[in-house]
Amino acid sequence: MKTGTIKQILLITDGCSNHGEDPVAMAALAREFGITVNVIGVMENDIIDEQGVREIEGIARQGGGVSQIVYSQVLSQTVQMVTRKAMTQTLQGVVNQELRQILGNQASLENLPPEKRGEVLEVVDELNETVDLEVLILVDTSASMKHKLPTVKEALLDLSLSLNARMGNNQFSLFIFPGKGNEVEKLLDWTPKLESLTTVFAKLNPSGMTPTGPALKEAITYFKEKHLVRGYLSRHDDEFYEESI
Amino acid sequence: MMMNSMKSPFNFASGTIIQGKWHHNRYTIIRELGRGANGIVYLADWNGKKVAIKVSDNHVTITSEVNVLKSFTKAQGVSLGPSLFDVDDWIHNGSQISFYVMEYIAGTDLLTFIKQNGTTWLPVLISQLLTDLDYLHKNGWVFGDLKPENLLVTKSPVKIRCIDVGGTTMQGRAIKEFTEFFDRGYWGLGSRRAEPSYDLFAVAMIVINLFYPKRFQKHGVGIEQLKKAIQDVKELRQYRPILLKALAGKYSSATEMKKELLKLIHFPSAHHQTTPKYQTNKNQRAQTNNTRTRRKKQKNKHGILETILIVSIVCIIYAFYIFEQIM
Repeated sequence: MKTGTIKQILLITDGCSNHGEDPVAMAALAREFGITVNVIGVMENDIIDEQGVREIEGIARQGGGVSQIVYSQVLSQTVQMVTRKAMTQTLQGVVNQELRQILGNQASLENLPPEKRGEVLEVVDELNETVDLEVLILVDTSASMKHKLPTVKEALLDLSLSLNARMGNNQFSLFIFPGKGNEVEKLLDWTPKLESLTTVFAKLNPSGMTPTGPALKEAITYFKEKHLVRGYLSRHDDEFYEESI
Repeated sequence: MMMNSMKSPFNFASGTIIQGKWHHNRYTIIRELGRGANGIVYLADWNGKKVAIKVSDNHVTITSEVNVLKSFTKAQGVSLGPSLFDVDDWIHNGSQISFYVMEYIAGTDLLTFIKQNGTTWLPVLISQLLTDLDYLHKNGWVFGDLKPENLLVTKSPVKIRCIDVGGTTMQGRAIKEFTEFFDRGYWGLGSRRAEPSYDLFAVAMIVINLFYPKRFQKHGVGIEQLKKAIQDVKELRQYRPILLKALAGKYSSATEMKKELLKLIHFPSAHHQTTPKYQTNKNQRAQTNNTRTRRKKQKNKHGILETILIVSIVCIIYAFYIFEQIM
């Protein structure tokens, strides 16, 4: 099995989108490009209403990813757990695909006897540890996120700490929505460490609406650009994870 | 509070029968023992024997934990985690539920045990924990999510056991699961790479937790806050040297930490009843030490004599040989 790169969008928001394209449709589009979309809903002294919950779950479902809605106190652990869980899900999808090629269309991890499943999972675990990971983080900076941003910053720094303990390489990028003057603004280019987060977050001024759809669209474009350039340089096809699950 | 967007957890009534699809064993549920994010553990009956069954809708969790438990079995004599008896799937209402069956460990969680029986047991239990951890480390694993909730103390004999292997990771890899208070990454005192010092950090935090049952959050510089927390409690101060060393990641093995822990224990000299007993024990130990060294010295003397004898015989034989050659 080729160890390509796992591409993820991590969306952190506290409510419903209210501007621009339908984010659920954008998430489905991301999936077509082999990008998994994970969503974390953050609450503090508020609660995310039913519409918001449905949207968050919908985005993750269409994006082939994982969603969680939590209070900000447990944000750090949630961010880590969601990212890892999504990685395992993607890798399992690849494994199931390989199994079907070898054993026929009915094959999947669930249908294997427990002993065989254990062996296969050891391989997945190994991949989990060594595969390269690209996470594009989209942070909601609408007005209601003002008090939650410090916790988001801590959680992201923590995520970088956890993922950098792996053997595989990590690349992170950070966008906010809404941005200064635009619907979406890029804050950090692709980088393996997130230490510059602290200075970047200090300058943030949450206000405005929540253009989740446009943010996702921008993220997909940014991923495409990255891999287009790489394509020219290395002629390497790492669109391997397109049909994830 | 966490609202899950994943499948809802189940609730099986006592008397429910779980039958494995692959190995066909039957287990009757007695009651629920505990539930976590990964799955639910039930007490069950298996042909008259009490066992613990962990069920989950996520077969990955089950399979991962089984892989860890299996490796415990390979490392013979490891008694920290429960023994594995069976792994299987159960078809229930049309869906497949994965489960594994393990040894049922009956005991009290560490914090409650210390509360009920006093802190005299603390060094014993920590020492037991360090012994088992050392075994685990020598076999290439790191426990990972060490915390008092995962540690049970059994009675007769009193032994510390671990009941959740969800966080166990191979050395060199990234720690999969952790709890902030016991995680050195949270305190800014190390990486989340799996290595023995990660577990030893958690052991030090467990000792601190015993005297701060409500735990606490990090405010400012981690190590300074922890140093102050140790200093503020009289009973903790006696463990200060090993705690600080473990928090700084300076121990190369669990055995090293255990040795220093045992050295720290001093017997109270205030009570007369205990003192004579301690002294005779010390004397007995000193005597056996002396006889042992004496016997060793005698053995050494014998060894030297034998060597001299053999060398001289060889020399004489060689002398005869040369003599013969010359003649």
